[in-house]
Amino acid sequence: MSEPIIQTEGLTKAYGGKIAVDRLDFVVEPGEVFGLLGPNGAGKTTTILMLLGLTEPTSGTARVAGFDPLRQPLEVKRRVGYMPDSVGFYDNLSGITNLRYTAKLAGLDNREADEAIARSLDRVHLSYAGKQAVGSYSRGMRQRLAIAEILMKGASIAILDEPTGGLDPQSTREFLELIRSLKKDGMTILLSSHLLELVQSVCDRVALFNNGRIGLSGRVETLLQDVLGGSHWIRVEATGNDLESAVGRVPGVTRVQRDGNALRVEATSDLRADIARAVVSAGGNLTMIAAGHSSLEDVYTRYFEGVAHAA
Amino acid sequence: MRREGSALSGATTVMAKELADNLASVRMRMLELLIFVTGAGAVYATIGSVKDIAGLVGEDQFIFLKIFTTPRDPLPSFVAFLGFLIPIVSIALGFDSVNSEFNRRTMSRILAQPIYRDALLFGKFLSGLVTLAVVLSALWIFVVGLGILLLGLPPGGEEVKRGLAFLVTAIAYGAVWLAMAMLFSIVFRSAATAAMASLAVWLLFAFFWQMLVPLLTTLVASPDPFDLASQLKTISIGLGIARLSPNTLFGEATLAFLNPSERGQSLGPILRSQMEGAISGPLPFDQSLILVWPQLTGLVAAVIVLFTIAYIMFQRQEVRA
Repeated sequence: MSEPIIQTEGLTKAYGGKIAVDRLDFVVEPGEVFGLLGPNGAGKTTTILMLLGLTEPTSGTARVAGFDPLRQPLEVKRRVGYMPDSVGFYDNLSGITNLRYTAKLAGLDNREADEAIARSLDRVHLSYAGKQAVGSYSRGMRQRLAIAEILMKGASIAILDEPTGGLDPQSTREFLELIRSLKKDGMTILLSSHLLELVQSVCDRVALFNNGRIGLSGRVETLLQDVLGGSHWIRVEATGNDLESAVGRVPGVTRVQRDGNALRVEATSDLRADIARAVVSAGGNLTMIAAGHSSLEDVYTRYFEGVAHAA
Repeated sequence: MRREGSALSGATTVMAKELADNLASVRMRMLELLIFVTGAGAVYATIGSVKDIAGLVGEDQFIFLKIFTTPRDPLPSFVAFLGFLIPIVSIALGFDSVNSEFNRRTMSRILAQPIYRDALLFGKFLSGLVTLAVVLSALWIFVVGLGILLLGLPPGGEEVKRGLAFLVTAIAYGAVWLAMAMLFSIVFRSAATAAMASLAVWLLFAFFWQMLVPLLTTLVASPDPFDLASQLKTISIGLGIARLSPNTLFGEATLAFLNPSERGQSLGPILRSQMEGAISGPLPFDQSLILVWPQLTGLVAAVIVLFTIAYIMFQRQEVRA
C-alpha cells in the first residue's frame, strides 16, 4: 500500500454563512486518475483551490505530495500543475514566451526552460504554433498549451479543472488521449468535470459531488454495481397497449420507464428473451430490442434523484 | 501562522515581464509622446521669457531653474504641466494591472506557480514605478538638454541638485497615483470602472480640492475675528486639509526646490516677528530640503498607506474568477 499523494481530512470551506465544501475526506493514490464529478457550483473548484493553497480552508486539512498546502504552498505548487477552468494566457505574447514566463516563475533557468518548453510543446503537438501569439490559438490549442505548461514544470500531479469545457468532440477525443498518455507516464491526475462520459472514460476512481459533499466515491464499476445493483438495461421498441405493465410483470425486471416510443427496462440479468416473449404475448408489435450497459450517467441521475428526494 | 518560503521569490520575474509589457505597450507610447510634446512646448515657450528675465535681472544665480517654473501665456509652466500629466501616466500604468489578470483568466494559472501573491503585487508595482522613473528621468534630461541648447549656458551644481530633488519628488508624486490606481484595479473587476474611479479622484484633487478646502475648513473651525490665535488655528486647519491632496504636497515641494528664495512664506502663515532679522537671498539646498521634508514624507507615506491597503485587499481576494 503506497502513501496517498493527495489526502484531505474534514476539508471545509464556508463563504460567510454558505458552506461551499463540507467536511471532505478523500484520498488519491499515486499514478491514479481521479475524477471529481458533480454539477456546477457543487464545490469542485473550491476544493481544488484549497489543494493548491490558493484558498484557505475554514477547517480541516489537506496534504498534497506530503506537504500542507496552507503552510508550504510553494512546495505544493512546485509539484502540482494546475489547469484552471477556461484557462487564459497573455494573448499578445507567443506560446513560447508565455511558457517562458511561467518557467521562470517556477524557478527554471533559461537553458532548462528552453529545453523543457520545446519538449513539452512537441508532446502536445503544438511545436508548429509555439512562435505564434496565443491570441490566434483555438480553444483546444490553449488547453494543450496549459498541459504543456504542466509538463514543462515537471509536475508529478496534474489538477485539471473542467479540462474539456468548451471543446468540440474531435478536440475532446484528442485531449482525452493526452490525459491517458500522461497517466502512462505515471502522473497522478485529479480532474473535475460535470461531463460524465469524460470522467467515465478516463478515470480510475470518481467521487460524486453534491452541495459540497462527496456523496459516493469509488471505482466506476463498483459504483455501477452499488447504486444500480448490477443492473442491465434493455431498450424495447414496440407498439401495443399497456406494454409497461406486461413487461413489468416479467420476473427479474426492476424498473420500466417510457422513453418516447421505446421502453427502458432495468433488470437484474439479461432478460431480452423473456421480455420479447412478454411483449408478443401481450399483443404488441416488437420492432427492436437491444441490451445496453449501465453508464455513470445512470448512477449520477439515480444518485442525485435520491439526494433530491431525501432533501 | 507561518508560511514557508520567501514571499518575494518570483517578484523580479514578474517585474521584468510587466516592465517589458509597459514599455512596449501602445498606451505607453502615446503617453510618452504626449508628455514629451507638452514638455518641450512648455519649455520652449518659457525659454523666451527666461531670456527676458535674464536680461532684466542681469545676474540671476538660478536662471536654469526658471525653465521649470516660469509660465508663459497661454501655456502653464513645465512644473504645472507635470503636476497635471504625471497622475495620468500613473493611472494609465496602474488601472488595469490586477483586474486584467482576472479578465484574461491568467490569475489562477500564474498563482499556481510556486510564488506567493506578494510577489505578483510587488512585481507589478515596482515595474510601474520603474517605468515612471524611466519616463520622468528621460523627460528631465531632455528638458535640461533643451535648456542648455537654448539658453547657451550649463546649470550650476546647486541647480543640478535642486533639479534632481525635483525629479525625485515627481517620481514620489507619481508613485502615489500609481498605488491608488492599483488599489482601484484590485477593488474593481472591470478595468473601465477602475479607470473611471482613478480619474474621478484625480479630478477631485486636480480641480475641485482647492474649492473644497475653504468649505471643509468652515465646517471644522469657526475663527473668532478678534482672536489672532484662533485665526491662525483656522489657517493651519485649512492647510492641513489642503495637504491631504498629493497635488498640494507636490506643488509645495517643487516650489521649495525650484525657487531657492522660498523660505516658507508660501507654505503657511508666518508672523512678522518670525521674519525679524531674516536675511534675504536664496536658501542653501539643505535648508530648502528641511523646509519641505514633511511634504516629501507625506508623499511617501501616502504611497505606503495606499499600497498597504491594496496589499491587504489583494491577499483577501478570492482567486477564482
